[in-house]
Formats: sequence, C-alpha cells, structure tokens
Amino acid sequence: MTTDITLMKGNEAIAHAAIRYGVDGYFGYPITPQSEILETLMAQMPWQTTGMVVLQAESELAAINMVYGGAATGKKVMTSSSSPGVSLKQEGISYLAGAELPCLIINVMRGGPGLGTIQPSQADYFQTVKGGGHGDYRLIALAPASVQEMADFVGLGFDLAFKYQNPAIILADGIVGQMMEKVTLPPFQPRRSEEEIIAQCPWAARGRQANRQPNVVTSLELDPAKMEENNLRFQAKYRQIEENEVRYEEFLCADAEYLLIAFGSSARICQKAVENAREEGIKVGLLRPITLWPFPTKILSAYAYQVKGMLSVELNAGQMIEDVRLAVNGKVKVEHFGRLGGIVFTPDEVLTALKDKLIHA
Amino acid sequence: MKKEIIIAGFGGQGVLSMGKILAYAGLLEGKEVSWMPSYGPEQRGGTANVTVILSDERISSPVLNQYDIAIILNQPSMDKFEDKIKPGGILIYDGYGIHTLTDRTDITIYRVDAMDTATEMKNEKAFNMLILGGLLQVQPMVHIENVLLGLKKSLPERHHHLLPMNEAAIHKGMEIIQQV
Repeated sequence: MTTDITLMKGNEAIAHAAIRYGVDGYFGYPITPQSEILETLMAQMPWQTTGMVVLQAESELAAINMVYGGAATGKKVMTSSSSPGVSLKQEGISYLAGAELPCLIINVMRGGPGLGTIQPSQADYFQTVKGGGHGDYRLIALAPASVQEMADFVGLGFDLAFKYQNPAIILADGIVGQMMEKVTLPPFQPRRSEEEIIAQCPWAARGRQANRQPNVVTSLELDPAKMEENNLRFQAKYRQIEENEVRYEEFLCADAEYLLIAFGSSARICQKAVENAREEGIKVGLLRPITLWPFPTKILSAYAYQVKGMLSVELNAGQMIEDVRLAVNGKVKVEHFGRLGGIVFTPDEVLTALKDKLIHA
Repeated sequence: MKKEIIIAGFGGQGVLSMGKILAYAGLLEGKEVSWMPSYGPEQRGGTANVTVILSDERISSPVLNQYDIAIILNQPSMDKFEDKIKPGGILIYDGYGIHTLTDRTDITIYRVDAMDTATEMKNEKAFNMLILGGLLQVQPMVHIENVLLGLKKSLPERHHHLLPMNEAAIHKGMEIIQQV
C-alpha cells in the first residue's frame, strides 16, 4: 500500500495501523468475521520491514498467553478474535489485568451465544465491560464506528494500555470489520528500541541487571492482605481512568427532546435515523459512547434533565441499557431497541422503535 | 451528489468486485464512499449483495432501508429488493436471471443482457463488467477513466493482462443496456 489515503476494510485497517504503529507482535487464530486482520498481516510480512512478529497460534488460548509473555517483557503486543474466540481468551485476559500488563485485544463481534452465527452483533458488551474473566478488573474498551476509527484506535488503545498498565480492548463488530471506507492510515513510526522499552517499562521482566532486584510479573499473591492491597491499587487506577479517559461523540444533541444512545456500527445506523427523524420534525439526538468503559455517565446524567426519553439501540437483547439506566438513575425513561443473532436493524426500524417505545408510548 | 446503491445476485457473479471498483472510482474522485458486503458462506454459491454509497458528504449509515439504484442479477434478489427502491429510483437487471419482473411503475427499469452477451463473447468473467458498463451509461456517477483505475487497483497484478478485456466489456455493456 503506497498511498496513505485508501479504501479498505476495517479489519485490514487494523492490520496496517498495527504495523505503522510500531507493534512488536501479533498472535492470533483465524475466525470470521475478523480473519482479514491475520491475513493482511501475513500478506504484508512486517517481519521483513519493521521486525514485527506475526504468528498464527495453535489456538486462541495459546495466542492470549503469548500476548501475556510478550507484554511481560514490555513489548507492544496484540491479539484479535471474534466472540467465541474471545470467550476462550477470557482466562488470559483476567491474568493480564491481574498482572497489570499493557496489551491490545480486538473483538470483532458476531452473533451468539455459543458458536452462533458469523453475522454482526454487539452481544459481547457485558463480557467486555462487566468482567468476562474472573476477579475485580476492568478493560479499557474502545468502540470504533468507522474504518478510520479501526485504524486510529490501535494507537489509542496501546497508548492508554501503556499509560495505565492495563489491557485495552477494541470492541468492533462484523459490520465495521467487513465494510470498506476511505481511511487515512497513521504515519509510520519505528518500533521502540530495547533501551526505550526498558525506560518505558521499568517493571518488565527482561533479564535481571546485576544491581537491582528481580522484576516479578504475576497475578498470583497468596497473602490476602497483599492481594487486597493489589486490588485497592487496581481500583484506584480504575477511578483515575474513569476520571480522565471518557470519550463520546454527540450528534444533534443540543436541542434534542429524545436521545438515541448507540455504539459502534449501531451508532452509524442511528445517525441516519436521526437525520430521517429531523426531516419529519422530530428533535432527536445521538450520543455515541466511544469508550464503553469508562462509560460516559456524567454527560448522560446531564441529558436526563433535558430530554423526554432515551433509547439504547444495540445489536443485542439489552446490555448497554443497564449502564444508561445507572447513569440517569430513574430521572428519565430509558427503553431498549435491538435485533438479535446477527440481524442488523435499518434506520427505519430504529425510528419506528423510537416512536413506539417513547414518543407515542 | 449522493448515490445509494445495492448490487445483488449469486455468489461468484462478481457482485462484490463490481461494488469495489465503483467505490474505488468514487474514492479517486474525492468522494466519501462506503462498501458494505454480505459476507460469509453466501459468497460461495448462495445470494450475495453489497451496498455501495458514493457521496459528497460524510456517510452516516452503511446499512440502508431504501436505495436510489438496485442492480439485480437473480430472482431471489429481485424478490428481496424490488420494494426497497426509492420512488423515482432505478432498477437494472440481467435478462437471463430474472423470470418475474417487478410490477412497479414509479421507478425506471433497465435491462442488460449481460449473461447472454458474456456467453456470446465466450467470456463469462466479463459478466459483471457488462453490468457495470450498463450502470455507467444510464448513471454516469464516476468518470470511466477512474473506473478503469479502480479496476486496475482491485485486480491483482497477475490478472492485469485481463484489463483490456474488462474495459471492452464495460463499453459493450454501455451499448447493450436498454430501457424497459
């Protein structure tokens, strides 16, 4: 790819962005609808240019544990999968969070539960923001709504992961993974030198220097008092992330009487629904959480005093709606609209649901 | 300018690549573009479709209820999409694949006998370029030279010897399209 502005799939954009962002290693296992990430990386052969390792592991479990190993040495490492594969990775993700290791995980969601379907879905919201693996941990969760954001969030995800020593996840879906749009790829930046990694990651396990204590990277702590201390440290870090890293986008919210709340590709469909509603004279706005955790609680709580109702529009049976309801705390009516199992709603269906559930209810 | 287009047919007919070439041509003209495919097993024998949007402004939804232009290449797609063409919109279909045409009178209907022509040309691979030529004849939304550049970009280099054949098919398609 010679030009920086080009037409590509969201999955391909992630692969190109990873190479350009100086990522050290990708470990993955193919699954629809995200296999183009691994395919594109293999076709680009970055090991010959930047030195980036690209490895098809024997399984998702192997891939996430390779990420653990790479991250423990301070390397910029990532993995990607789709829903069933991300379920397999959950143990490793909990360990990464418990060991405070920065890394990037990508989930291009498909319909579930189980092996489900290969069509788009957003039913892994709970898994992503409410746990997934065991223990009191959080993932910094970014929800891209365009091919451009698929490219941009690779860099953003790694920046946040290293800033807070915490795993970050890009929660995408089959639409944004498979669609092609115009994208401006980020400029090339070299992989960090070994010295730069040591300076950035003084905690990393890289072979002990003669005059310092060994660095230990682990999630294990058998002394409960120390384990509570660790947890309190994690929680303090999570509060800091909630304070500093909330991201969202507003579309025609200023005079809105009703608010749609949607993330990822659903937000794109909702934007069209808002445009159509405005043509009919209905004052609707769209609030798109870009970070699903930390969730844009404060702004939603503020809009609770302005609007007559909120509709949480998701490709699932109602997951993000719980966070919307917590944010508005009963001050305004919040309803949900969704399609399930890989069926994608159209802008018309969203507008009809808004009328049925809120305007004429 | 904004064109919302659905191209629908059987997997293997070149539905997705036709859409890709159109999107590339739009990109080269500085337009906003989106290309949203049906993906998965249907690409290998079932029905396949792609939504292509070319616009001067930022595109909101890549998923649509209604289309300005529907290019329909088999009967199941006709049944699925005939009601989803905007009033005043355009339907282009291949005469070979369709036995029951829509009875809508509020749209303009064109027929391209692409399958028959491709068979005559002894080149079934020219099918989608014949259709694309027909589209560009009745809706010149992008310049032909950019379509050819798009074609070049989306064909792997080992197939570049096929470019003149594809270009000829586009021109042939422009000749054979007729209003119904």
